[in-house]
Amino acid sequence: MAASGSKSCLQYLFHLAHDHLDFRLPSPFWCLDCLSEEDVCTVMARSVSLGLWTNTQENGDPYMQKGSSYRINVYTFNKTLLFEDRIKKIDAMDYLPFEGNVSLKNPQHIFCLLEDYGTDPNNIPEHPNYIYFGRWIADGQRELIRSYSVKNRHFIGNTSMDAGLSFIMANHAMAKDSDLVFDPFVGTGSLLVACSHFGAYVCGTDIDYNTIHGKGRSSRKNQKWRGPDENIRANLRQYGKEDMYVDVMVSDASKPVWRNTALFDAIITDPPYGIRESTRRTGSHKDTIKSPDGYAESHVPVSQAYHLSDIFTDLLSFSAHHLVLGGRLVYWLPVHKPEYCEEMVPLHPCLRLISNCEQTLSSHTSRRLITMEKIKEPEELDSLAHLSDPRFIPYQGHNAFRERYFSGLNKRSGRDDTKSDVSGK
Amino acid sequence: MKLLTHNMLTSHVKGVTKGYPLLIKATEVKVNEVDFNPKFVCRMIPKLEWSALVQAADQLGHREDLPGELVPDYEKNEDFLRKVHRVLLEVEVIEGCLQCPESGREFPISRGIPNMLLNEDEA
Repeated sequence: MAASGSKSCLQYLFHLAHDHLDFRLPSPFWCLDCLSEEDVCTVMARSVSLGLWTNTQENGDPYMQKGSSYRINVYTFNKTLLFEDRIKKIDAMDYLPFEGNVSLKNPQHIFCLLEDYGTDPNNIPEHPNYIYFGRWIADGQRELIRSYSVKNRHFIGNTSMDAGLSFIMANHAMAKDSDLVFDPFVGTGSLLVACSHFGAYVCGTDIDYNTIHGKGRSSRKNQKWRGPDENIRANLRQYGKEDMYVDVMVSDASKPVWRNTALFDAIITDPPYGIRESTRRTGSHKDTIKSPDGYAESHVPVSQAYHLSDIFTDLLSFSAHHLVLGGRLVYWLPVHKPEYCEEMVPLHPCLRLISNCEQTLSSHTSRRLITMEKIKEPEELDSLAHLSDPRFIPYQGHNAFRERYFSGLNKRSGRDDTKSDVSGK
Repeated sequence: MKLLTHNMLTSHVKGVTKGYPLLIKATEVKVNEVDFNPKFVCRMIPKLEWSALVQAADQLGHREDLPGELVPDYEKNEDFLRKVHRVLLEVEVIEGCLQCPESGREFPISRGIPNMLLNEDEA
């Protein structure tokens, strides 16, 4: 983001939302120099993790002059102030040359006083560590988290990604106007919904016939079966983005059906870990198989377990072949926390690791949002690179991750385990 | 299934060496209006197998007088881009199947959604 030419460069304060802490800097306040108001608005049009930007260093004119109207908001981090104390803080600023009229309902300008009391809730200082004062410039897109809430989504499944994380993933993927984005484990299409919001055309595949066709049992409380027209296309239609729908298909991610060429600007996905959705692919261990006559539309091929190590090998290799140069792969990697180290993140010679953020799931498990960028076209040798890569070992051979995931759980969850084991096969 | 998707699909039946393009056998074809976005069409054209697109559009009776060869300087030719837009994004196969040109294997399309799963002995 280059500072734009002749425009004056001011200091801007950027207020980060207090969730998904590993995705951001430790303090919720972040001061940046050398930006223009235009830059700020560009960022705010995309961000779901930023609260607001204020300008902390500018001449009060023309925002304070006679005839203008204003209000002052007081915001404190890590401390709650009584209403009277807030008023006192505002009154204490009467040395500032405010010439305009106060308007609480419809001010032309909003000023913010932000006080930072640190990040330790058990040790709140008497006086703030930092005080910021500035004019409010723009809010982020936090509102999207509510308007795109999965609660009001037409078609959902057991593992639909929540709206906030979906938008964060779409931002990591840099999904934008006229891109083509693909999700190989599309499920109910939550990630595609977020990408389509930013103007990307979307397509996806899933091995589950019922999910793709929107059939079978409903994931909603008090509703047994999915209604007609519960599908990904209807989800996009709900948000006015049906034009961004390209296609979804019933297909096995381990056997890609795409012509061998760089097609996608981004690949964004939440692979099944075998925890809430089973991991499977087509194929059988048996030597002789009697296959049904013809190719009945409803025939469900025998599926076998799809090991996590294979999922990630396939996903990285697929991305190396089918992303455009500079295109991004964004996916979740499940980890068993006691064993996790950075070296476990799978690599590929054609993909550069951009970021790796943790979301904690339980005391001993978490998942990491991995973002990679394609930096070169694959050569023949690159397809074998993973074989010597020790990074895949923790996920190899059997469903070791799954076993460890459930190892620390109590009895009650242990029963859930056996249950999901049955349905998972 | 839109023809953009068809253009990108290939047969993955075991042992098949030339599985492209898949033959379309349609029993129901629909045209759904989609907002025209010249930027997207321009970005897709270099990724297309042009002759496969024209052939597929022709099979469905929606060729829209697309030329057999890609025209030069298409970026500025709105009339041309609109035709490509229609063929890529608006013509949809609702019912029918896709057939592998080499093995003859058919992949059913129902309610607009292709089923590309292979049986256990074909994978």
